[in-house]
Amino acid sequence: MTVTAEELRTRVRDLLAAHPVDRTASADFLRARFDAGLAWVHYPEGLGGLGAPRSLQAAVDAELAAAGAPDNDPRRIGIGLGMAAPTILAYGTDEQKRRFLRPLWVGEEVWCQLFSEPGAGSDLAALGTRAVLDEQAGEWVVDGQKVWTSSAHTARWAILIARTDPTLPKHRGITYFLCDMHDPGVEVRPLRQITGEAEFNEVFLTGVRIPDAHRLGPVGDGWAVARTTLMNERVSIGGMRIPREGGMIAPVAAAWRGRPELRTHALHQRLLELWVEAEVARLTGERLRQQLVAGQPGPEGSGMKLTFARLNQEISGLEVELLGEEGLLYEDWTMRRPELVDFTGRDAGYRYLRAKGNSIEGGTSEILLNIVAERVLGLPPEPRDDKDLAWKDLAR
Amino acid sequence: MTASPASPASLPVTAPPGPAAPLDLLYSETEEGLRAAVRSLLADRCDAAAVLARAESGTPHDPALWHTLAADIGAAGLLVPEKLGGQGASHREAAVVLEELGRAVAPLPYLTSSVLATEILLGCDTPDVAPLLRELAAGRRVCVPAVPLTLAPGAPLPAPVKDAGGGVLTGTVTSVADAAAADVLLVLADTGLYAVPAASAAPTPLVPLDLTRPLARITLDAAAGTRLADPATARAAVAGALLSGAGLLASEQLGIAEWCLTRTVAHVRERHQFNRPVGSFQALKHRLARLWLDVASARAAARAAADALATGSPDAPLTVAVAQAYCSGVAVRAAEECVQLHGGTGMTWEHPAHLYLKRAKADSLALGTAGHHRGLVADFAELPAP
Repeated sequence: MTVTAEELRTRVRDLLAAHPVDRTASADFLRARFDAGLAWVHYPEGLGGLGAPRSLQAAVDAELAAAGAPDNDPRRIGIGLGMAAPTILAYGTDEQKRRFLRPLWVGEEVWCQLFSEPGAGSDLAALGTRAVLDEQAGEWVVDGQKVWTSSAHTARWAILIARTDPTLPKHRGITYFLCDMHDPGVEVRPLRQITGEAEFNEVFLTGVRIPDAHRLGPVGDGWAVARTTLMNERVSIGGMRIPREGGMIAPVAAAWRGRPELRTHALHQRLLELWVEAEVARLTGERLRQQLVAGQPGPEGSGMKLTFARLNQEISGLEVELLGEEGLLYEDWTMRRPELVDFTGRDAGYRYLRAKGNSIEGGTSEILLNIVAERVLGLPPEPRDDKDLAWKDLAR
Repeated sequence: MTASPASPASLPVTAPPGPAAPLDLLYSETEEGLRAAVRSLLADRCDAAAVLARAESGTPHDPALWHTLAADIGAAGLLVPEKLGGQGASHREAAVVLEELGRAVAPLPYLTSSVLATEILLGCDTPDVAPLLRELAAGRRVCVPAVPLTLAPGAPLPAPVKDAGGGVLTGTVTSVADAAAADVLLVLADTGLYAVPAASAAPTPLVPLDLTRPLARITLDAAAGTRLADPATARAAVAGALLSGAGLLASEQLGIAEWCLTRTVAHVRERHQFNRPVGSFQALKHRLARLWLDVASARAAARAAADALATGSPDAPLTVAVAQAYCSGVAVRAAEECVQLHGGTGMTWEHPAHLYLKRAKADSLALGTAGHHRGLVADFAELPAP
C-alpha cells in the first residue's frame, strides 16, 4: 500500500495537534515526528518513515516549517543525514538501525566520516588504517590516521573504513565500522586551513576497540558499503532549488549595484559572463530537480558539483578584484573552530580562499571528470595495474 | 575532504532582478514524439553526405525534404494558431524541431520562414496576413524576412528600404538568409512592412561561411510590395520575432553541440594511438566531460528560453538573452573540439565536422552575438556598465 500525499497531510496535522509546537520541547517534537514516520517518509515504518515515495518529503517539510515546527538543523548534522543514515539503512542490522537512526535524525548524535587519509584521498581504496579482530573479546582493534574530517570535534559517532586484510587487492580487504568518537584511543586535532580557521580535523586512532556488533556489512565488503555512502554524498549535492542570483554571485552583484565607483569595463565583461553562467547553472539544477520529481533522473547530477566549484572560485576571485584596495585586506586570521562552513558571515577574501576547497572536498574535480567521462560518456578507463595487486605490495 | 560541499543556497539573496518564472524545463511526450518523427525523416533523407553534396551543388535547399517536414509532419505551422491552418503549438515544440535540424545541419529554411517570418506575420493584422500565414503553415510557400541574419533583438532596426509611395520599394539588404528558397520576402521599409515576391527582388547569392544556410543580397528597384503593417506595428512585430528567433536559435545550437559531442566521443573510443583508445587518456576525457557539462547546461538554458517564450513570460527577454549568451559559445566550442579531437580527419572536406563548425560559427553571429546578449543581460539584470 502506497502512502498518498493526502494521508501524509493528515499525519502532519495529527502530529501538530498531539504536540503543539509552542508547548513542546524541540527534541521531544523531533522524536515524535520521527516516530510518526515523518522524518524521512521514504524510510520504512518504525525507522522514521512510512515507505512513501521520496518525492513527498518536500511537502511534509514545507508544511511543518509553515507551522513553526522545530528543525533538526540539517546543515549541522549533514554528514549523518546525507551519508551515515542511508548507509546504515542499506547495510545495517535491525539492531543497528533501531539504535542509530533516531538519535541521528533528531540531531542528538552528530556523525562524522572517517574515510580520507593522508595517503588515500582521491585513491580512497588505498587506505592504510588497520583493523585487527581480537577474537576472544569480539572486538576490532583499530590503528591509523584520518584527515579532512569535518565535525569530528562535535561528533558522537563516525562512519569508518579500515583495512582488515592487507594480503588482498586494495578494494577487497576493507571493512566498514561505526566508531564511537568517545572511545579511548580516538584523538581529534584541529587542522588549520588557508582561511586561518580549523573547520576540519585530523583524527588519530590508537588501539581503538570497536565491538563486532558495530561492524556495518560483511567483513571485507567495506568498499561496496562505502560506495553507498559516497553515492549519497554526491546525490545530496544536486537537487536543491536556488533562486536567481541565489549563490556566490549575490554579493558581487550587490557590490556592483551599490558601489558604482568600483566599476570598470573589464570587470563588467567578466561579471556578465559569470552572471550568465550562474543563471545557467541555476537552470541546470532546476532541470535536474524537475527530472528527479518526474522520476527520470538524468546524469546531470554528477556534473553540478563541478559547475558550482568552478563558478564559486571564479566569482569569488572576481569579487576580491572588484573591491580594489579593500580586496587587499582580510577580515581576521584568528583561528576559529566553526561548526559550519559560513560563506555568508565572512568577507570576500574568506570566500575566495574557502572556495578553493570546493574542487577538492567530496571528490576532486579531476576524479569527478573521470567519473563523468567513464560512466556518462562511456569512455575507457586509463589502464591501471593496482586492481589485482595485494594492498601490501602497492607502492607507497 | 569530507566536508559538506559549499551550499550555493546558503548565501543571502540581494535584490534579485525580477522574479524568476517557474519554468518547465523537461520535454513532454508530444515533444518527444515530434522529435522522433523529425529525427527519423532527417536520418533517411538528410545525412551528412547528402547535405555536403547539396551544398557543393550551389543549391543547398532540398524542396522535397522541406515539403515533407513542413507539410506532412506539420512543422512549419507549429507557431501558427489552428484557426489559421497551423498546429497551434508553441515555441517549445518548434525548439525541439530546431534541435533536430541543428543535429543534422539541415539546409532548410525553418528558422527564417517557420520562426522569424511566421512570428513577424503573427504580429501584423492587415487582411493580407492571414492568407499568407495559411500558406506558410501548410508548407506551400516559404517566406523570409529581408533583414541581415546578424540583426539582433534589442538593436536599432535598420531601414535601408525606402517607399516611393504606394508600396514601390527601393533599397538593398545584405546577408539575407534563405532568400534563395523564398517565395515571399518580408521587407521593412520606412512606411511599414511589405510582402514582396522574391522573384522581383533579384536575390544575388553571396558566398557564405555556413554552406548550409545560404545568404543573398536583396536589391529592390521600385519593386511592388503589399503592405502588411504600419511602421509602428511592423517594428514591434520584427522586434518580437527577433526575440523568438534568438531564443529558439539556442535550441539549434544545442543540437549542433550535441551532435559534435556524440560523434567525438564515438571517435575517441574507436581511434587507437599508443596501443590504447585515445579516449582513455585523461587529458581528452576531461575535455569531453567538461564539454558534456556545457551541453547539459546549454540544454537547460535553451529549454528555459523556449518555455519562457511559449508562456509569454515577462521574464522571456532575460531568459532569451541568457540562452543566447551561453549557447552560442557552447556550440562553437563543441564544433571546435570535434575538429581538433578528430585529428587530421577533422580537417578534411569529406568529414562533416566542418559543416557543423561553419554553422556553429555563423550561428554565433546570427541574431546577436554573445557579447550583444550579455549587454542585454546587463540591462535586464540591472548590472550597468561603468
